[in-house]
Amino acid sequence: MSERPCKKDLLNKINMVSFAVDDVKLFLDTHPCDEEALAYFREFSRMRNEALKEYAANFGPLTVDTAVYSCSDVWNWTDEPWPWQEGGC
Amino acid sequence: MWCYEKRLQHPIKITQTNPKIAQIIISQFGGPDGELAASMRYLSQRYTMPYKEVTGILTDIGTEELAHMEMVCTIVYQLTKNLTPEEIEKSVFGTYYVDHTLALWPQAASGTPWTAAYIQSKGDPITDLHEDMAADGATV
Repeated sequence: MSERPCKKDLLNKINMVSFAVDDVKLFLDTHPCDEEALAYFREFSRMRNEALKEYAANFGPLTVDTAVYSCSDVWNWTDEPWPWQEGGC
Repeated sequence: MWCYEKRLQHPIKITQTNPKIAQIIISQFGGPDGELAASMRYLSQRYTMPYKEVTGILTDIGTEELAHMEMVCTIVYQLTKNLTPEEIEKSVFGTYYVDHTLALWPQAASGTPWTAAYIQSKGDPITDLHEDMAADGATV
């Protein structure tokens, strides 16, 4: 990891691309063969997975699947604030 | 099976407490057209939905409603966080505080507890989808 990313910017990116994934997922449920929607899904899903991985590596995991990339040697899932708390995501 | 993601769907940072607004917002948590009712409605109906596309969308929207519920709860939590006994006593939140302190409890703005009677799950796709449109239409 070359340079530590800005926590706020990275979280904003995760929120943005995740919203796009959530939304196109609903569209795909009823339009499973839509090429444009499928391409959109693949692109944003890839960006989301990368961003979640980068977040875990720098600031701690937001998901169990990225906990393996965590910056900590110990289980730090409960160390970072919860989303409703000050400093949370 | 569900997996928790440790972030809100949209960030919420409320710095100014306001028990009066919290008393209203809490209805979107545990009221008849709230997020708890919405998620339970979709996630209950999906088992007997005969069309796979609709089963999928009930599952995915029902899941998203849980994330909405978390945002609403966060709003109420932050609006009432660290209120003093004096502030609580003179606010509309006083009667809520007697039973729940500042904990989150699913109720309507009127104080009526959340109930499964708010939702319907009938096993008939047209009936269930009409129920969903009426309920979600109420919040638009």
